[in-house]
Amino acid sequence: MTGKGTMSATTGANTARRGEAGREGEDVRSDLHVSFEPRESGGIEFEVRSRVKVLYGAAIEAQARQVLSALNVPNGRIVLNDQGALPYVMAARIECAIRRAGLGQGRRALPDPVPLAGPSPRDRLRRSRLYLPGSEPKFFINAGLHGADAIILDLEDSVHASEKDAARLLVRNALRGVSFGSAERMVRINQLPMGLADLEEIVPEAPGVILIPKVERPEQVTQVDAAVQERATRAGLARPIWLMPILESALGIENAFAIAGASEKTVALTIGLEDYTADLGVVKTAEGEESSYARRRLVNAAHAAGVEAIDSVYGDVGDLEGLRAWARRSRALGFEGMGCVHPRQIPVIHEAFSPSPEEIQKALKIVAAFDDAQSRGLGVVSLGIKMIDPPVVQRALKVVNQARAMGLLPKDAKASEGGAQ
Amino acid sequence: MSAAVELVRNAAGRRVPTTVNGKAEVPFQGVNGYRPQGVKHAPPIRSCVDYPASGDKRVPDLETALRKCGLKDGMVISTHHHLRDGDAVAVMALETAARMGARDLMWFPSASFPAQKAVIKLMESGAVHHIEGSMNGPLGDYCTQGKMRGLGVLRSHGGRWQAIQDGEVKIDIAVLAAPCADAFGNANGVSGKSACGSLGFALADAMYADHAIVVTDNLVPFPCVPPQLAGNYVDYVVEVDSIGDPARIVSGTTQITRSPDRLKIAEYVARFIRDAGLMRPGFSFQAGAGGTSLAFVAFLREMMREAKVKARFVRGGATKYLVDLLQEGLTDYILDGQTFDLDAVRSMASDPRHVASSPFASYNFHSKGNTASLIDLVVLGATEVDVHFNGNVVTHSDGRLLHGIGGWQNCLTAGCVILAVPSFRDRIPIIVDEVTTLTGPGEMIDVVVTERGIAINPLRKDLLDAVRSSSLPIRPIEEIQQEVERICGGKPQKPARSDRPVAVVKWVDGTVLDTVWQVN
Repeated sequence: MTGKGTMSATTGANTARRGEAGREGEDVRSDLHVSFEPRESGGIEFEVRSRVKVLYGAAIEAQARQVLSALNVPNGRIVLNDQGALPYVMAARIECAIRRAGLGQGRRALPDPVPLAGPSPRDRLRRSRLYLPGSEPKFFINAGLHGADAIILDLEDSVHASEKDAARLLVRNALRGVSFGSAERMVRINQLPMGLADLEEIVPEAPGVILIPKVERPEQVTQVDAAVQERATRAGLARPIWLMPILESALGIENAFAIAGASEKTVALTIGLEDYTADLGVVKTAEGEESSYARRRLVNAAHAAGVEAIDSVYGDVGDLEGLRAWARRSRALGFEGMGCVHPRQIPVIHEAFSPSPEEIQKALKIVAAFDDAQSRGLGVVSLGIKMIDPPVVQRALKVVNQARAMGLLPKDAKASEGGAQ
Repeated sequence: MSAAVELVRNAAGRRVPTTVNGKAEVPFQGVNGYRPQGVKHAPPIRSCVDYPASGDKRVPDLETALRKCGLKDGMVISTHHHLRDGDAVAVMALETAARMGARDLMWFPSASFPAQKAVIKLMESGAVHHIEGSMNGPLGDYCTQGKMRGLGVLRSHGGRWQAIQDGEVKIDIAVLAAPCADAFGNANGVSGKSACGSLGFALADAMYADHAIVVTDNLVPFPCVPPQLAGNYVDYVVEVDSIGDPARIVSGTTQITRSPDRLKIAEYVARFIRDAGLMRPGFSFQAGAGGTSLAFVAFLREMMREAKVKARFVRGGATKYLVDLLQEGLTDYILDGQTFDLDAVRSMASDPRHVASSPFASYNFHSKGNTASLIDLVVLGATEVDVHFNGNVVTHSDGRLLHGIGGWQNCLTAGCVILAVPSFRDRIPIIVDEVTTLTGPGEMIDVVVTERGIAINPLRKDLLDAVRSSSLPIRPIEEIQQEVERICGGKPQKPARSDRPVAVVKWVDGTVLDTVWQVN
């Protein structure tokens, strides 16, 4: 064992080569390192070192055999150096080592599935989405416990180029074998063409939303849309997989409206401020003045196209007050949610993106007046002596329904059931 | 150890030896099932005229002190652990005794730490026969592997007082590290470069040992104030350059955990306390210094502030977070058993509401009552808890010694006992069918809080009723266990272990609760 959590890739280049995957080092926990040496004959030779060997030694070997059999690998020497990895991680690491050894092509070793939650509605609450680096599986398992509206398994910027293949398998296995509770399951893929390999693995596991990075033109969205549909059809998937393009450049912002309308599967637009500010050659600040135009433009385009506008992340995890101020401004601009890089940001974001008690009370009154007018067959809704315009009614219905979804209203609070689109 | 040790099944159904290190033992008789009789142990009668009228009890070095105390083979040498992993005095004392030719000593620390791994060499050379006290790290492995000549005896902090008072352990020489002392032997832990706060764990040793030696690196002119240990108990005072490594005695400031999962557990603990109605005006609680314990205090503090509820006292494991409560007026007092960081050391030295306490006041089975049973609630950790709510804090799931009992057993008499534990660590489930080593009977453990839900002991119908309308995830313990076993890939297999005892776990009354078996 050398180094601190060093990654290992493949050595050799032809078909019969050693394949390595995973992590080793003193500070590695809940992960493992796999080394596989192909052989022509002689069956499988195991060497297992594991900190949980006393409790799961037999289970580890049984699982390794299962994975090798699923990948049609009858011979070779496999060395597992395990620091307490969960089964879905172990399966992905072994599969990755086998593939890096040039074997197992066209086959998969999938973990036992957990029950899948219902499909995501298009207009689902998306106040918070928790980013999980795709190559850090130890953060996956409890990610659903923290109450985020969504989790994002990231295959793009948080994953080193040499680990893309590994992350893809980890994320696929997580989508299949890890329960994320009531959180919507999102995946950020790489740009095409690399993103196609991502889709190949993850689409059959029915993610709720695909985030498309660095979108500048509507065709990027339609290409991903077609690729997703093709794979979904092949996998016999009935439920929708929604799209969320990320605009991360000046050109992307200029094309925001066209991008938002490029696919009927698009449910939201979001913005990536690190790349956007880099594109402009300006410094990203806590106040965000430098991206003010881009964010307003995005909000307007999203609303014009009838999709949600979702803000970027607030990177300073220690500064919850800064986050609170940012999120409040963000909601005031018309965003409906933002990203999180740590679970402690979630409650702050939820609070900031929730309607205030005064807003809810006012909305309830408007909705009640609307119901009253409906029941009396009146075309005009009025509250006291004030006439209420239809868009105001729509807005009130949305606030009431949001408040109910956020648990801020008792179930029987008086408001219309339909309404918010 | 002879392999022919006789084993019986005790009231908890555990197989335990009937003799330990040559002495007959009483197997666990059930909670509150045993009352030792007779009179307490007492040290020999001394007369003041045999000590210097000047009050100057200094001798040139530890060797002189040990010789004057009549060091002999087979003696019991005790030390305290207030200097934690920074302590240099225990090893200094045992190595000096070894150099003087003593053999077969029994070391009786109030707890041991990895810094004292040099004692392994002394056990190998024959100078030290065995250890009765908590063992972890290298010492724990040495014992678990069956290399120690005697059986290890694990006692709670209160159980150590009990053993000293009822004569189960007779201390021949107590060697007491003191961050501040005078030549008469008055000592405290609140000042000096090696300040550690309270010296409560050393009190029984000073009072009941045949001889007591104070070792200090900060000698002050008489009087040393406050005299946490009274010089009237002390035979000799030895001045040394250093009693330990200050950096490892207390941390600068203890940090709240940043682990999202532990924060989740801490938040659930605080919400449970509030929703179950335990957070009442004038309530009391105990908190340790583990990351989760600190975090629960931070969450509870906000809830107390919001509800304008003030505690009468808190007990710890004192840290900055308890000191903040005191300074904000959210508690009237801190009763401090161990002082973990510099903020708490400073607070004890300057604030009369921050009171040093000892296991005598809080934990001792032979006291006429204990603070621990007056406390409304306590939040503790565990390495395992089983579906009957039995807890294990002393061994890993593979049977190796992990850490001592500390005050854990003694705290189980609190009004509400909450175990705050992750539902699994790496791949190791924490909720098991049967604990590896029984440390606390399930009938005394009320609530298990994990990041995946909260399980309430069915015996506590009152608590179940109290949180019936709460939004907290209250779940049967078996349901959480099953969920975690699915995640971890099934039930863990039973570790193979030998039939040879290497240590025993004592209950608070001195009976034998369980056995630790050799692991290779």
